[in-house]
Amino acid sequence: MKLDAKIPDGPVAEKWDRHKFEMKLVNPANKRKYSVIVVGSGLAGGAAAATLGELGYRVTCLCFQDSPRRAHSIAAQGGINAAKNYQNDGDSIWRLFYDTVKGGDFRAREANVYRLAQVSVNIIDQCVAQGVPFAREYGGLLANRSFGGAQVSRTFYARGQTGQQLLLGCYQALERQVAAGTVTMRPRTEMLDLVLVDGVARGVVTRDLVTGKIESLAADAVLLATGGYGNVFYLSTNAKGSNVTATYRAYKRGAAFGNPCYTQIHPTCIPVSGDYQSKLTLMSESLRNDGRVWVPKTAGDRRAPHEIPEAERDYYLERKYPSYGNLCPRDIASRAAKEVCDEGRGVGPSGLGVYLDFADAIGRVGEQQVRERYGNLFEMYQRITDENPYRVPMRIFPAVHYTMGGLWVDYNLMSTIPGLHVLGEANFSDHGANRLGASALMQGLADGYFVIPATIGHYLASTPLPKVDTGHPAFRAAEAEVTATTRRLLSIGGRRTVDSFHRELGKLMWENCGMARDAAGLKGNLQRIPELRAEFWENVNVPGSDAELNQALEKAGRVADFLEFGELMCRDALEREESCGGHFRVEHQTEDGEARRDDERFCHVSAWEYQGPDRAPVLHREPLTFENVHLSTRSYK
Amino acid sequence: MKLTLFVWRQPSGASSGQLVRYEAPDVSPDMSFLEMLDVVNEGLVLRGEAPIAFDHDCREGICGSCGLMINGIAHGPMKGTATCQLHMRSFKDGDTIYVEPWRARAFPVVKDLVVDRSAFDRIMAAGGFVSVSTGSAPDGNAIPVPKPDADLAMDAAACIGCGACVAACPNASAMLFTSAKVGHLQLLPQGQPERHRRALGMEAQMEAEGFGGCTWHGECQEACPKGISIDWITRLHRDFIAATVTQREESAADAGF
Ligand SMILES: Cc1cc2nc3c(=O)[nH]c(=O)nc-3n(C[C@H](O)[C@H](O)[C@H](O)COP(=O)(O)OP(=O)(O)OC[C@H]3O[C@@H](n4cnc5c(N)ncnc54)[C@H](O)[C@@H]3O)c2cc1C
Ligand code: FES
Repeated sequence: MKLDAKIPDGPVAEKWDRHKFEMKLVNPANKRKYSVIVVGSGLAGGAAAATLGELGYRVTCLCFQDSPRRAHSIAAQGGINAAKNYQNDGDSIWRLFYDTVKGGDFRAREANVYRLAQVSVNIIDQCVAQGVPFAREYGGLLANRSFGGAQVSRTFYARGQTGQQLLLGCYQALERQVAAGTVTMRPRTEMLDLVLVDGVARGVVTRDLVTGKIESLAADAVLLATGGYGNVFYLSTNAKGSNVTATYRAYKRGAAFGNPCYTQIHPTCIPVSGDYQSKLTLMSESLRNDGRVWVPKTAGDRRAPHEIPEAERDYYLERKYPSYGNLCPRDIASRAAKEVCDEGRGVGPSGLGVYLDFADAIGRVGEQQVRERYGNLFEMYQRITDENPYRVPMRIFPAVHYTMGGLWVDYNLMSTIPGLHVLGEANFSDHGANRLGASALMQGLADGYFVIPATIGHYLASTPLPKVDTGHPAFRAAEAEVTATTRRLLSIGGRRTVDSFHRELGKLMWENCGMARDAAGLKGNLQRIPELRAEFWENVNVPGSDAELNQALEKAGRVADFLEFGELMCRDALEREESCGGHFRVEHQTEDGEARRDDERFCHVSAWEYQGPDRAPVLHREPLTFENVHLSTRSYK
Repeated sequence: MKLTLFVWRQPSGASSGQLVRYEAPDVSPDMSFLEMLDVVNEGLVLRGEAPIAFDHDCREGICGSCGLMINGIAHGPMKGTATCQLHMRSFKDGDTIYVEPWRARAFPVVKDLVVDRSAFDRIMAAGGFVSVSTGSAPDGNAIPVPKPDADLAMDAAACIGCGACVAACPNASAMLFTSAKVGHLQLLPQGQPERHRRALGMEAQMEAEGFGGCTWHGECQEACPKGISIDWITRLHRDFIAATVTQREESAADAGF
């Protein structure tokens, strides 16, 4: 396998425009001759499916929810970045580019990031035109706020429901194409395998989640926009259905997996309350604009927050990072929270929490203002915890939130399998080792609305694509494999539930491949995970049949993949002997506990190639070069 | 807490269903309603029985997947709260809880508590959009939108499409959903060029799907987890009348989509 990022020549600011000009086009009349499968209807997949439909391609779009509008993107709260500089506060495409490269701790490709910053401005225009009700000023113009890790106000938002509104805009565009007949939407359909014909991605095998029917779809290109794999940790802020299945099965068919160990742990989530906990709820990072994070100065101080006088509180982010304070990037804020909890200064029943206090903000701007800014988040908090955050400081703790890793793609978003393109959180690009707040929505929409519609045309126009249908033996074989796996899961009849395995895996991942990782823990996982996987295949209980709606079976398939994928993550984390962004190796830190990168040895993308079930995957490296933003140590002090 | 549940079990859309009794002996008040069902399901699986099927995904009250009739109330006793955000502290030790799917002709049961709400998608496809293809948009600040309009549009756009309004309505009408979806776009300048086509198209589709008519019971607004007001229905009626008049004037030729 050879990794060729296909980065166009020329200065970084001109690459995309030049590339767009140099790429081949598909004649408008020919577009309808090409068919494209889009797996996923979140911001990335929905935007791609709608736009390709508008262009005239024949598109089939799949999602596992009952409606494309329910993709996990719907849950994003805080906002979306764009280098509009409407606030005249010194923002520019260059600055967004710079911030993203630096925020990603120099582990992303410059050319991709620059393009992302460039098209960010078009995204906002598109969304406004679709009727996305962004927050506005009294003059009628768009409002902005600053968001974790940025010193300019470039984040656009729709109350605390930005993802919902962007996704609805996208879904509406998608439904327009459904009505126009260019897009066939197949909800409650899960992709279970990728089909290659002569080494080229030509289709997928799916399961109809209502009838259980296993079926194939053939096309000229396949796009995966299936989101992130944070649920490998069982508890995360992701929706319950979020999974690694589509990308992992593509990996098993030959697509390289990029940087699987890069995970983002979000600093502001509601702490775990009990063993039955099924997911974690994010409290938008925007809260850090006004909330102050603190813990008691002394370990074991169990007094109620209002009984702890100012002098005995440690506003540790403000203390350690005076220039960014509570707004320092996520990885730094999360690790700092872990540190104070490890010191025994954590708050709440479990001791795994820190305060996020709005008393000062309420004193400064009044409760009404605070309610206007965060009302729905405060309500959500109260509903879950039964505590009133206007009176008592919120308790927060870090939780798995986003995965920067994903299938490796080149500049055209194509994986190492010709014809297989990967978009949104499912790919590895753009965010390096740490994603800045409000940049995932931007990336999903950039990929879907603006990048893939240009690059897919070039692929289709320049690749010979002999006619293939689902009668081809490759489809038959993949269907047979999928059916066999399904039957096998149903036939085990063991004594443990799928969830119990998932929880156990999650715990292993959280403890040894979470906020802080070390060689011993990772090696332990590399031994323990295969054992757990073996037990799963002997002792899991998946009731019901394969010819019906069977949610236990759906979960079992996803957990089976997580049980393999978790091992790949640990392997990647073990191999990367440096600390960068969200990947913190305990062995590699400075004296004051900050991450220590090793640019000599690790300034590259790690891309893993599958070698079969009983063989270790092979690591390939794509070197990263920084010509515009010079490699430097990230400092938010 | 110890609870007794009566849960609607129906193997498939084609078969008949019934309420089945389950004991939930060890419920924490801090669990969400769905976590309580998870625990019941774990027990069922270990006993070799089929777990209760229910739709859910985000568990944050935003995706609109979840939705149960709890003691006859859509999304249960807590106002403004989707099922996944309802916590067991809303119940008392010893309570008996009836759990059923949404009931509406246009939402056929798929299995147990899962229903088919694809009718909502088809209503959206009948005009619930602005016809603006990617790439053709002017600058985001080219058209100022008065803040009150943007805020009001956002109130309507907050709908999560869960279908509680339909389930709560004695007529199983989808008027609150449709009016909120129409209303959001009608308030914005971007939605103006198609406002008549949109109102007519979506309302026609709503009828074609077999939803009932609106007779102002107001149960929809009570059940809505996002607090969407029935004022949107009044606005839709106004739009519908205006659109019908315009349509007559414009000649029937371009009324179709
Ligand atoms: C609580 C929360 C808040 C967030 N807030 C922000 C924010 O404020 N700003 C920001 O920029 N980012 C935010 N993020 C991150 C951001 O929301 C996601 O990264 C982004 O929405 C992912 O979009 P996507 O299109 O790549 O994938 P998703 O939206 O996850 O969509 C995945 C799609 O793939 C489908 N799918 C998956 N597997 C299969 C399969 N096997 N077969 C068929 N279909 C499949 C699903 O049905 C779905 O349609 C937040 C994330 C969370 C969890
Ligand atoms: S599960 Fe998403 S709204 Fe309840």
